[in-house]
Amino acid sequence: MLDLVAITALGGSEPQVDTVGGITCSEVPGVALASVAARMGQETKASKALAKLISAPAPGIGQHAGDTVTAFWAGPDQWMIEAPFDTHEELADQVKSALGDTASVTEQTDGWTRFDLNGDQIPAVLELLSMLDLRNIDAGSVARCSIHHVGCFVLCRSDEAFSIYGPRSSAGSLHHAIVTAMRSAL
Amino acid sequence: MIINHPLLGPRDSSEFTYLGDATLINRPDWQAEDAAEAFYEYGYVRDNPAGKHQELWFHEAGDRSWLVVTRDTTTHEISKVELARDVARARGRSK
Repeated sequence: MLDLVAITALGGSEPQVDTVGGITCSEVPGVALASVAARMGQETKASKALAKLISAPAPGIGQHAGDTVTAFWAGPDQWMIEAPFDTHEELADQVKSALGDTASVTEQTDGWTRFDLNGDQIPAVLELLSMLDLRNIDAGSVARCSIHHVGCFVLCRSDEAFSIYGPRSSAGSLHHAIVTAMRSAL
Repeated sequence: MIINHPLLGPRDSSEFTYLGDATLINRPDWQAEDAAEAFYEYGYVRDNPAGKHQELWFHEAGDRSWLVVTRDTTTHEISKVELARDVARARGRSK
């Protein structure tokens, strides 16, 4: 049996935390992810099954919803599901059994890395990073955008808490972009 | 240039990539008698209108949907933006 050591996307043994001014950027490795794409003709059934899974109506365009298991909109009839890794390591299997033949489910956990921004003035950082119309983004919103040419999801959980998902293989570039923008803006 | 995405609202054109003429949606039947001629036209022959032109744009830095944008090639005015899947289904595809 190999004795492997778990490392985070940035290569550390502990998640990296950077604080600049009033904002903290934390690496969040403990998330399980799965993507859901409703199959043709099964869109209504899929969104009903998804609603049952997350105990909330399936999120509409540019929205996220749910409590422990949450879903966010990724495209027409497509969602990304997120849950704590400790309790939902086999999230894709759980989502697949909940949605059955109404949707195609893909394991995404190791494809993405998440950075959480907490503090006030987060829009000042995001407006340097992305082209998002931040006046139209409030708690419950999610938007896909480019950050330094890296395709990311930006989730607004509250005015003072945002999550950014980017490709795990670009974690270093994304982290550099976020921290540089924090130093410039704050 | 701003493209008014049917789902996400106005977005800057730099978020999109351009593919070309929206007739690419009408892929010929490869089993038809005249398949070779049809694919030659599908692959190489394009109209080059001065005026309204339907074209495919990909929202690469956004929700990754394909759009059919109706643009006037003489003024760059965009008169209509639709989801490509809606256009394709209206033409009887994906049924």
